[in-house]
Amino acid sequence: MSDSSLVQIKGLRDGLLVTLGDAAWMIAQEALINRIEQQPSFFQGARLALDVGNQVLKSAELSALRDSLSEKGITLWAILSNSPTTESTAQILGLATRIHKARPAEAPVAKSVDHDAALWIDRTLRSGVRIEHPGHVVVVGDVNPGAEVIAGGSVIIWGRLRGVVHAGAQGNREATVCALDMSPTQLRIAGEIAVAPARQGPPKPEVVHLKNGRLQAEPWNPG
Amino acid sequence: MTGKVITITSGKGGVGKTTTVANLAVALAADGKKVVCIDGDIGLRNLDVVMGLENRIVYDIVDIVEGRCKTRQAMIRDKRLPELFLIPAAQTRDKNAVSPSDMVRLCDELRPDVDWILIDSPAGIERGFRNAIAAADKVLIVTNPEMSAVRDADRVVGLLEAEEKNAPSLIVNRLNPSMVKRGDMLSVDDVYDLLRIDVIGIVPEDENVIVASNKGVPLTIEARSKAGLAFRNIARRLNGEQVPFLELESQGLWERLARLAGRK
Repeated sequence: MSDSSLVQIKGLRDGLLVTLGDAAWMIAQEALINRIEQQPSFFQGARLALDVGNQVLKSAELSALRDSLSEKGITLWAILSNSPTTESTAQILGLATRIHKARPAEAPVAKSVDHDAALWIDRTLRSGVRIEHPGHVVVVGDVNPGAEVIAGGSVIIWGRLRGVVHAGAQGNREATVCALDMSPTQLRIAGEIAVAPARQGPPKPEVVHLKNGRLQAEPWNPG
Repeated sequence: MTGKVITITSGKGGVGKTTTVANLAVALAADGKKVVCIDGDIGLRNLDVVMGLENRIVYDIVDIVEGRCKTRQAMIRDKRLPELFLIPAAQTRDKNAVSPSDMVRLCDELRPDVDWILIDSPAGIERGFRNAIAAADKVLIVTNPEMSAVRDADRVVGLLEAEEKNAPSLIVNRLNPSMVKRGDMLSVDDVYDLLRIDVIGIVPEDENVIVASNKGVPLTIEARSKAGLAFRNIARRLNGEQVPFLELESQGLWERLARLAGRK
């Protein structure tokens, strides 16, 4: 496959959208670099959103690409992908995974989030990480101050919640947030916002849901 | 010899990165090791001042990268310790003058001839930070017992995890034991509670640090200050020694530190 069919370039309002065809990552990446080297002045200073299709990419691969692009004066700001793994890798690296124009492949907001697979994250989310997922999100680890979880469905934190969580982000008022230690910077469910009162005593597991238009926390009781 | 590359970074500015680099370098070199410090803060260089070598700069890191001099020519030998060298940053350029792969190349070139390469990272998480961590075998994060510094450190730990670097270690700098005792300052436990990374050093607040950096003589060289001792202990821990944490004041704190060390 020639470089030109592997690498498709489109202008966007705020930069370039490059779509890579399906090929081994090494080949696709090389095709992109070749293309850039053919027209260095065109790419100089560009903001690049990269659609990697079905590629499953590890963070070492993405960060290597970001660094080699930045050496050519190109800012990689977004990665679009069909693979949740690649999306979450990109998010961890601080890259956007959506551009303003919705992707045609993207399903419209699901009415019921129950059918969506939950996103499973088994590490601590540190400051600066933003996780966005149309369905439920489960975090096994802490959500530190400065980290954000935006979910279409419910959010379960098996750890300490000290950052920001927005459950039911697309308007689902049935969504709930659970955490072993509920001390969020701010909590949102659908359109409602609350700031947690300072916790008294030792942490206890709590569930927060919407009741009469207000966020209410209830201790979680086994049985 | 295969030199180990240690990057000292923090996210937030003014927490004591440069002081830490200068003192660790002196402590390691005083121990007979060959040490090269690289100032990664292009455009806002400071390490040369703290080490008292400002007036000896002829070539800098950008000259090396752009091929105007050999690496050896830009290495300034310390006044007191013959095995300690500094590669200064350029003051008239910006962070973009050097790329992450330049740093990797430079460190690979130095590695066979030295024991330690210490890189002083600029504040922030942009290009300068990425240059500084590109070649690192080990990252030390300096923080102060203060909320904003700890939050920034958390962000940096997250970025390092994303880059799949080895787990960083933490230096809590400028701890004031009596303020901690009064409950007016975060304790090392509080800091650890958020960051959950290995603590490699606890440095007490010490006026001598400011005096020393104004004189251009790192504290570790002379004064018998507690901060100097704390830095020497960090250097020994980098060498793989088991060194207990300093008894900073009250027994209560000591017990907590011992517990912290045991938790590792």
